[in-house]
Amino acid sequence: MAKIKTFDFDTLSNHAGQRPDKETGSRAVPIYQTASYVFRDSDAGAAMFNIERGGHVYSRISNPTTAVLEERISALEGGVGAVATSSGQAAVFNAIATLVDQGGHIVSSYALYGGTHNLMEYTLPRFGITTTFVDPNDIEGFKKAIKPETRLIFGETVANPKTEVLNIPEVAKIAHDNHLPLVVDSTTTTPYLIKPFDLGADIVVHSATKFLSGHGTSMAGLIVDGGVFDWESTDKFPQMTEKYAGFHNLSFTEEFGPAAFISRVRNEAARDFGACLSPHSSFLVLNGTETLSVRMDKHISNTNKVVEYLNEHDMVDWVSHPNLKDHPNHDLAKELLPKGSTAVFSFGIKGGRDIGQVFIDRLDLFSNLANIGDAKSLVIHPASTTHQRMTTEALEEAGISEGLIRLSIGIESVDDLIEDLDKGFRAASKALKK
Amino acid sequence: MYIDVDNQKTYIATGSKDHIDGNMGMTFIHGTAMDHTVWTLAGRHFARRGLNILAVDLPGHGRSEGEVIPSIEGMADWVIKALDASGQDQTIIVGHSMGSLVAFDVAARYPDRISRLAMVGTSIPMPVGDVLLNSAKEDKKVAKEMVNFWSHSQAAHLGGSQVPGTWMIGKLGRLLERSGPGVIYNDLKACHDYVDGIERSKGIEAPTLLILGEDDFMTPVQNAKELAENIPQSSTVMLPNCGHAIVNEAPNEMLDALATIV
Repeated sequence: MAKIKTFDFDTLSNHAGQRPDKETGSRAVPIYQTASYVFRDSDAGAAMFNIERGGHVYSRISNPTTAVLEERISALEGGVGAVATSSGQAAVFNAIATLVDQGGHIVSSYALYGGTHNLMEYTLPRFGITTTFVDPNDIEGFKKAIKPETRLIFGETVANPKTEVLNIPEVAKIAHDNHLPLVVDSTTTTPYLIKPFDLGADIVVHSATKFLSGHGTSMAGLIVDGGVFDWESTDKFPQMTEKYAGFHNLSFTEEFGPAAFISRVRNEAARDFGACLSPHSSFLVLNGTETLSVRMDKHISNTNKVVEYLNEHDMVDWVSHPNLKDHPNHDLAKELLPKGSTAVFSFGIKGGRDIGQVFIDRLDLFSNLANIGDAKSLVIHPASTTHQRMTTEALEEAGISEGLIRLSIGIESVDDLIEDLDKGFRAASKALKK
Repeated sequence: MYIDVDNQKTYIATGSKDHIDGNMGMTFIHGTAMDHTVWTLAGRHFARRGLNILAVDLPGHGRSEGEVIPSIEGMADWVIKALDASGQDQTIIVGHSMGSLVAFDVAARYPDRISRLAMVGTSIPMPVGDVLLNSAKEDKKVAKEMVNFWSHSQAAHLGGSQVPGTWMIGKLGRLLERSGPGVIYNDLKACHDYVDGIERSKGIEAPTLLILGEDDFMTPVQNAKELAENIPQSSTVMLPNCGHAIVNEAPNEMLDALATIV
C-alpha cells in the first residue's frame, strides 16, 4: 500500500516555518524587532487590514519571527495553526476567553499548575465564568460536571506537580459527546512526548517558557488549533459560527473552515487583549525547539535514574512519577507516553516542611526557583510558593502536602545530580535526628 | 449565503459583502474534495473592490447539499444554474485544479456568460495515477494524504506560510479530511476522464490567465504549456518555489495575478 513519507519530527523542529531569508540568506531565523510594516501601497494596506492578503500589519497581531515559531509548533503538534502569547498563562487565558462568554462554565481537572487554578478559581468568576474541578482519574466525574453552560473541558497532559496523566482519549470522548472541545496544557510533555491531537484533544496550550524554550531565558506561550472540532455541531459557540460585529460581520467557521478557532484567537484575543510575544523571545524559543528531542531524551533518561534513586532512599516517604508501578497512571502513561512521561515530578520527604527546607537549601546544582523545564535542574516547595494561594482543602484535593518537593530534572550529568541530592538528604537526615 | 440550485441548498461565499445588482460577478470553483474556504482571501479582496463574489461549494462539498456530480461537464452545467439562481448574467470565472477544468468547460461551452477565465494550478488533460485513483476508490485515508502531500512543493513541506502562524500542510489536510465518503474519488475520476479539453481550448473566447506553480507535482507545468498555446488569448504567470496548492502556498501572488484580469 502507498505510504506518504513526510518530514520527521527532528527535521521539523529545526526547519518548520522558516525559509532562509531571500535578501541576506540568513540561516538562523532573523529577529524582526519591529512594531509595524510598511504597506506596499494604500490598497495593499486596506487589504491587509481586511484579511485579503497574508502578511503582517502590527506586531501585536503577528510578527515574522514569531510566525516561524507559531508555524513550527503547529507543525510539531500536527495542528492547522498557532498563535504565540507573552506567557503560558496568557495562552490559557486567551484560549478560554475565545470560547467562553460571561455566564459560561469550564470543567477542569483539579490537577493543575497553581497559576491556572488561581485563574479558574478566583479570577474568571469576576468575569462571570465558573469552573468545576474534578479528579482527573474520575472519568465519569468529567461527565457529571458538565452543565448546559459548559463550553470546554480542560486538563494538563501530565500534571504539575503530582504527575496525574490525563486520559485524553476518554476525556475527549466525553467532551465530544457533549459537543465540547477538549483543551489540554502540554507544557510538561511537549509534542515530543505526546501528540494530544492524535489522541482526540482539540486545542493545545503551552507555556513555551519551559521545555520548548528549554533554557529558562524567555517567557512565552502558544495556542495551537487541531482544526478538527466541529463548531457548527452545536449552538454553543456563536463566536465561531455567527457574524462577528468586531470584524465587519465575519463568520469564522464560514470563512476559515478548519482554521476557524485560531483565526478568531488572532483576530480577537491577540488584537484586543494584547498579550503578544516579543520577537526576541520568539527567537530564543526557536533556538530551543532545534534541540527539543535531544534535550527531552536526556531529561527523561536522567529522570528515570533519579526516580529510581529517590524511590529507594530511606529519607523519602513517597515518589509520584508514572514510571513507578504504584502510580495510579502507570499503565496509562506507558500507553500514551511511550518515550517517557515527564521530567517534572514530586516526592515527599520525611519530616515534612521544615526538613524539606533543610534539604532544598543544601542543594547546589538544583536551583530553588519558580520554573520548570530548564536545561538546569530545579527544585521548589510548592505549598509555600507556586500553590501558596490555594486553601488547605484545595491543596489536599490536588494532593499537594506540606512535605511535597517538586523537582524538574535537567540535562546535567545524572551522577552529579544524584550526588547533589545525596548531600541534601544527608543534611536533612541530620536535622531530622536533632 | 445559501441559494437554491436544482432544489438543493447550495452555499456560496460572498467575501463577506452583499451582492449589488448590476455589478460584475467573480465566480470561484474549488479543487478536489475542497470547498469555498480556499478562496477566502481572494474573495474578500475582490468583494471589497465591488465584484459580486460567488465562491461556490459544489454539490456534496463543504456546506452544499446534494450528490456529487460525476463529470466536469456536469459540474460546469451546474455552475451555470448557480449563476442563474444568483442572478449573475456574466462573470469572471476562476478555478483551482479540478475547479480550473470546470471553469474552463464553462468558458468553452457558455462563452456569453464568461468575461474572463483564470485557471490556477491546471493542466489539460489532468490524468490521475492508478495508485491515487485506486486508493481514492477504496476511500482510504492515504488518498487524502497523497493529495495533500503532492499538492505542496518541497519547500512548503517545511512551511513558510504567507498567512502568519498557519501550518499549510495541516490546514489543507484537515480540509480534505472533512470531505465525505466517495467525494475524493468522484472528483479525481472526473479530472481523469476530462479528455476533450484540448479540442475545446481553441474555442475559448474569454481572455484567459493561467497561474502555475513551478514545482507543481500534481499538474506539471509542461502539461499546461500546450493548453496555453491553444487558447487564443492566454497569458501565464509562473510562480517559482510553488506547488499545486497555489491557493495555500502563494495566496498573495495569486491575488496580484488575478487583479490583472479584473
